[in-house]
This record gives sequence, structure tokens and C-alpha cells, in this order.
Amino acid sequence: MTDQTTTTVGPRTGLAGPARPGQTPSPRDLAARAPGRDASSRAQPRRPDPEPAPAQPAEITGAQALVAALERLGVDVVFGIPGGAILPAYDPLFDSATVRHILVRHEQGAGHAAAGYAQVTGRTGVCIATSGPGATNLVTPLADAYMDSVPMVAITGQVPTNLIGTDGFQEADIAGITLPVTKHNFLVTRADDIARTVAEAFHLASTGRPGPVLVDIAKDALQAKTQFRWPVHFDLPGYHPVTRPHSRQVREAARMMMDAARPVLYVGGGVIKAGACGELLALAELTGMPVVTTLMARGAFPSSHAQNLGMPGMHGKVAAVGALQKADLLVALGARFDDRVTGRLDSFAPEAAVVHADIDPAEISKNRHAEVPIVGDCREVITELIAAVGAEQEAGRKADLAAWWVQLDTWRATYPLGYDQPDDGSLAPQYVIERIGKLAGPDAVYVAGVGQHQMWAAQFIEHERPRHWLNSGGLGTMGYAVPAAMGAKVGAPDAAVWAIDGDGCFQMTNQELATCALEGIPIKVAVINNGNLGMVRQWQTLFYNERYSHTDLDRAAEGTSAGTRIPDFVKLAEAYGCVGLRCDKAADVDSVIQQAAEIQDRPVVIDFIVHRDAMVWPMVAAGTSNDDIKVARDMAPDWDVTE
Amino acid sequence: MSQAPARLREQEPSAGRHTLSVLVENKPGVLVRVAGLFSRRGFNIESLAVGPTEHQEISRMTIVVNCAEHPLEQVTKQLNKLINVIKIVELEPSVAVQRELLLVKIRADAETRSRVLETVALFRAKVVDVAQDAVTVEATGNRDKLDALIRVLEPFGIKELVQSGMVALGRGSKSITDRAALRPVDRGAAGPAQ
Repeated sequence: MTDQTTTTVGPRTGLAGPARPGQTPSPRDLAARAPGRDASSRAQPRRPDPEPAPAQPAEITGAQALVAALERLGVDVVFGIPGGAILPAYDPLFDSATVRHILVRHEQGAGHAAAGYAQVTGRTGVCIATSGPGATNLVTPLADAYMDSVPMVAITGQVPTNLIGTDGFQEADIAGITLPVTKHNFLVTRADDIARTVAEAFHLASTGRPGPVLVDIAKDALQAKTQFRWPVHFDLPGYHPVTRPHSRQVREAARMMMDAARPVLYVGGGVIKAGACGELLALAELTGMPVVTTLMARGAFPSSHAQNLGMPGMHGKVAAVGALQKADLLVALGARFDDRVTGRLDSFAPEAAVVHADIDPAEISKNRHAEVPIVGDCREVITELIAAVGAEQEAGRKADLAAWWVQLDTWRATYPLGYDQPDDGSLAPQYVIERIGKLAGPDAVYVAGVGQHQMWAAQFIEHERPRHWLNSGGLGTMGYAVPAAMGAKVGAPDAAVWAIDGDGCFQMTNQELATCALEGIPIKVAVINNGNLGMVRQWQTLFYNERYSHTDLDRAAEGTSAGTRIPDFVKLAEAYGCVGLRCDKAADVDSVIQQAAEIQDRPVVIDFIVHRDAMVWPMVAAGTSNDDIKVARDMAPDWDVTE
Repeated sequence: MSQAPARLREQEPSAGRHTLSVLVENKPGVLVRVAGLFSRRGFNIESLAVGPTEHQEISRMTIVVNCAEHPLEQVTKQLNKLINVIKIVELEPSVAVQRELLLVKIRADAETRSRVLETVALFRAKVVDVAQDAVTVEATGNRDKLDALIRVLEPFGIKELVQSGMVALGRGSKSITDRAALRPVDRGAAGPAQ
């Protein structure tokens, strides 16, 4: 501890800063403050200004040390709500010139907003809550970020040390509660430990396999005096993520790729996290291999690229699912063989050898045995694969995939994605989502909730770029879209951010519209309103004899057929200071989307009244084999189809 | 800790007992992280012993799990992901010394006491407490030896029994806690992160 440099950080007065309390920064201000963004590469660290180092570090409070650490770590925005135990931290936060605090309406909103910010920028999202209920309200977004490997730091206040364990007012053992849903968590009871722990939390969250880290700080530690030292030294003797792949394994993988007759690149969200999309494109074009991109990897490889077969899995494209099933080699990159991708595991890709590259060794051979395991950062792995494949090709070994492509193209041509227009003149939800994708284009960021609309948004929007498609993949958190879109818009103020939400999801977290309206975060929300919990209803239609038990959110009044429209989303939007629009006719869809696109000063909510019986196809029923995929109800594809 | 998880039951035919020596940071809450991971991931702990090591900042857990090779690999990888876990070594029984401690209170009145003491001596166990109608015996050994002792004491009447988890050390001169054998301690400084 002797070689530490020592600097003083008093509470910064923030006189020159752009964000004085009470002022609402415009999206433009935020843009100026946002770090340089390059969607295909990892965001670079922002170097804080060097400060003169006086001989004696000044005494500051733990709370000031917390804020100073956040400043030094380059944090520009935190989402949170104050409360008793975290109050000491909010006092210096009030003065910070560089950390903008966005006051949300519910802690769950803070958590998802931090995740949305992280997913768009590649930087670590931050949320703050108080002890007890404030902290427990963060559990869902933490679990969500854990499943989707989102770098996030949650800071919670805890009751004073002498009350811990006494069932004190607003006491909850949040470290214990979040143990299974965080990459790591800390309980800090000494002011001296605050800065180091916060730095460690950011390091853990953002390196290796990213994930959420919670720092729970006792109130008395926030109030106690300490000396601020920076930089700090990590005390993490057990943390050594492996990023550099084993070159023999990489060479073996390259050899198998040259030998395979029916190979597939099975691409997961890890490729986006690693900033390896450019490398992926190069590898795909070098090998000519078909690519499937999972729900978390939409945008990792352009949808428009001829080698992209689309999304595999429960609602994947027939060509993508078929490619996996008939493959003789799967090269899995930053993917985790989730059950929604594999279907029944024992019949998944039965003829395939598996090369599995992931930064988390525990993912490799967890669900499916890997013949060639490669532990490493996807960018380094793919870079080395390109070199190894190049060497193979120079030696005259090149896979001949012509016959494979004939097969794949046949499936692709025979079983494209599609949908029926309802015959009663009502609106097809797929059409609405398709038009939003077309009109907002690949520059927009799309954020989905969970359910039918999420699947349609994954299927029908052309995802061309990484970090432009956000959704709750692993946990399936209804209510993700509005707050995550809010965080995304803060992270990418120049992009149009479209939340594609369902009416069920929207009612779980729409209170954050108030935050958006007041903080100058003009997101667009397209509510795909079918008056039902649509995906559940779909399963009831298919597997429960059309017994619609408690899925109707817009139950018609006795003796009428019209829905109640409770709540009225247009009025709700207006009540929240947003623009509310409604559309129920195909002819009006384009114009209402255009109208929303032109509104820049406020959030917009469009209530799209759509047909309630639309279903998501194709579908592999839960627990069945991918081979039994249906392209529509009772319609199985013919795998042996020829042109 | 005995929910029999489906994953393990499927693997039953090739299941076997494995001893893991786990070096962890000596910090509050580490035990619950390890124990929680086992139950959460559906693995079954047969025995667990924790104690200090020659390094003040490191504790050592000896965990006995009953599972097949594949789940064992999974549990080891998952354990390694815990930030507070420093190192994991599987100790093969053939190259390790394994010991458990047994304290057992046996009915022993004037009539049976001498036979009890004879049995205890045979096992090189020790009497640590004597009462009018009972003796308390301390024994250490591997599981088989302790099981055998319990079997021969049973006819006298076992009033109470407590057993420790197993502790184990590899044979020979090598040490898994050698400074050199431990992975280098991260001394990386935190600059501006991300």
C-alpha cells in the first residue's frame, strides 16, 4: 500500500459544470457529455483530469469518497431514488459536476435504465437505491442483467452497522438476497473501503464475462470520515478472467472448419459484448459459412448479409433452425446453448461436432459437450481464428460449402418469415413492427419488452448493427422496455430510440414516462396493444384448448364486444407529459410513425390497436425437438424439399 | 443439503465421491457463497469442513461431493467463478491423507465398560469423558475406519454421535498453498475503469 499516489478530492463545487440541480439538460447537452461511441468497438475509458497531489489527503466523508470514486471512474450518469440509508450519498451527489443523477419513479426502472445504457454504450451502467424496499426493487433488474451478462453496478444504502441483523427499519440483507443474481456483491461497513470497493465493482462488472455487481454501503460508513486515495489497489486474488485463447485449440477449430461439409457459425450476445462484430464479419466472409444470430446477438451480423440465416430457436427461422439441426459442425461464439435455442437438448444438432468459444469456462460443455473448447474473449478468439483459417486456406485446404448452401437456400426460399393480414380489417401486429423497422431504419435503437411483440421485433426488424437491439433475453422480464429505452436514449442521445412494447409489459413500468418527460429523454414507445397477455394467450390457444384463463387485459364489458380500453394509453401518455397517439388501421401506420419521429422534444406513446389472435410463427413447442418446428399451426416444414 | 437433484440422479451409474480442496479468501460470507452455489446449481455436498490455513488471509474448505465426472467439472468451473475462490484442487484418495473426527457417547455401565474400552483401544480411539453410565470416545481416521468403529460400538448403545467433515492433504512434500503454487495476487491498480 506504499506506492499509492494520493490525491485530494473534496466535494466538487460544480460551478463550471453543465448540470446544476434543477436544470434539465437537453438531449444535446447529454450528447456533448456522452463518450465517443463506436458501435462496433468497445468504448474507450474516459481519462479524468489529472489533479495536483497535495502532501496530506484531506479528510472527507465516505459519501464524498463514493461520489469521487464514481467521478474518477468516468461515470457520467446514474439512475436512482434516494431514501433514508443512502441519503448521505445524495448530498455530495447534488454537487457533482460530472455525474448526472436521473431521478426515476421506481427502483426497477433505475436498474433497467442502467442496463439499457450499458447495452447501448458498452460501458457500465449505474443505479442507486436505498436500503430495504429500495434495494429489493433492484432484484429483478439485477437478475435480468445477470442472465444477459450486462455490465452494471448497483449501489445501495444499508442501515447503520450497529443495526445490521436487528431487523432495523428498512433493513434487508440485500447482499444475501442478490447472491445468486449478481456476478459478485459487497457489503461495505468502513468508509476507508468505499473507494476501493466501488473500483473493484466496476472492474468486476466490466471485465471477463460482464455482469451486475452490487455494493451495499452501511449508512455510518457513508457518514464516517476517511482519506480519499486514488488510484486504488484491487484486492481480488481469486479473479483472473482468461481472455487469450489457447492457440492449439484455435488451430484445431480452424482445421475442423475446413473439413466440415455443413458448418454453421452459431453467434451469441458475447460477440457484441466483446466488440467482435467486425472480426465476425471477416471470419464469415473468409470461410463462407452460414451465420445464425441468437436473440441476444441480433445485429452482431447484418440481417441483410447473404450469409445470415436469421435467428435460431423457439421462434427462429426455419433455415436457421434447420441449419443447426443438420449441421456437421457448430462453431459457437459467445453463445450458451440456451434451452430456447436448443429445444430438447438430446435431439439438438445430432450430427454436429462442437467448437465452443466463450470467455466463461463454465458455459463450455455445460449443456452440450464441446469437442473443441476455447476459453477466451471473442474478439481475440475470432482474430486468431481468422489467422488460423487463413493459414489453412493458404495450405490449399478450403471447405466446399456449395451443396450446403443449395440446401440452406432452398429452406430459406421455401420457408421465409411471414404473417397473415387479419381478414376483419384489423391491424396485424407484425405489420406495425415491420413498418417501424423500415421507417426508423438501422440507425434507430430498438428496445423490446417480453412476449409476442419481442419475437416479432427480433424477426421483422432488419438488425444491421450491434448495440441497436436491446431486450430481456435470459430472464424474460416484462416491463424491461420503457426504462431500458430511457437508459438507451441517455446513452445514445442522437439515436431515435423505439421501445416496442406490449400492453401487458407497458403497464408494468410505464411510470418512467414521467422521468423521460421531465429529464428530457424523448423516447418513442410503440405499444402493440392486443388487449391480452399475447404470448400466454398463444400458448393457451395451442396447448390449453383455447381456455383463456386470465390473459385478457381489456375485458369487454358485459353485453358488448368492444374492449374497455382501461387504461386509455393515449390519455395516460398525456398525463405523463408525453404525446399520445393511437392507430388501428393499416393505412395510418406509416403516417403515425412519421408523426412520432418528428416529435423531438417529448416522449411519444403510440397505442397500436392490433388483432389479438395473431401468433408468433415459426414455433418449436417448449420441451420438444427443433426437428418438430412448425411454420404455422399444424404445419411442419419438409426438410427434404428440393428446388 | 440433501435435495437429490435430477441432474445428479441421471448420472448415478458413474457417480463417485470426490474430494475438493478449495482455497478461499478469509472473508465474511464466503461459506454461504460456496454452499449457496452447490444448492442453486443442483449439486449435493456430502461433507464440508472449513478452517484457517498457514496464511491468515486464506481459509481452506474441504468439500466432498458425490457426482460423476461431468457434473464435477461443472461444479469446479462454477466454484472457480466465485470471486472469493482462489484455487481448487481435487485430491485423489490414493495420493492424499483423509481424516474425519468422531465423538461418540456410548452406554457403558460397570458391566459393559471394560468391553467398550477394549473395543475403543482396538481402534486406537481415545476416551475423553467418563460418566456413571456412559463414556465419550474420540476417534480420527478415514471414513471406513470410523464406520467400522461405529458398527462395533452400536450393540452397546450409542447415545449421541457427532462427526466432522473430512479434511485432507495431498501426500508428499508439495503444498497447494505454496506462494508459488497460488496464482499471482492481482495488484493491478484501478485507473479510470471501463
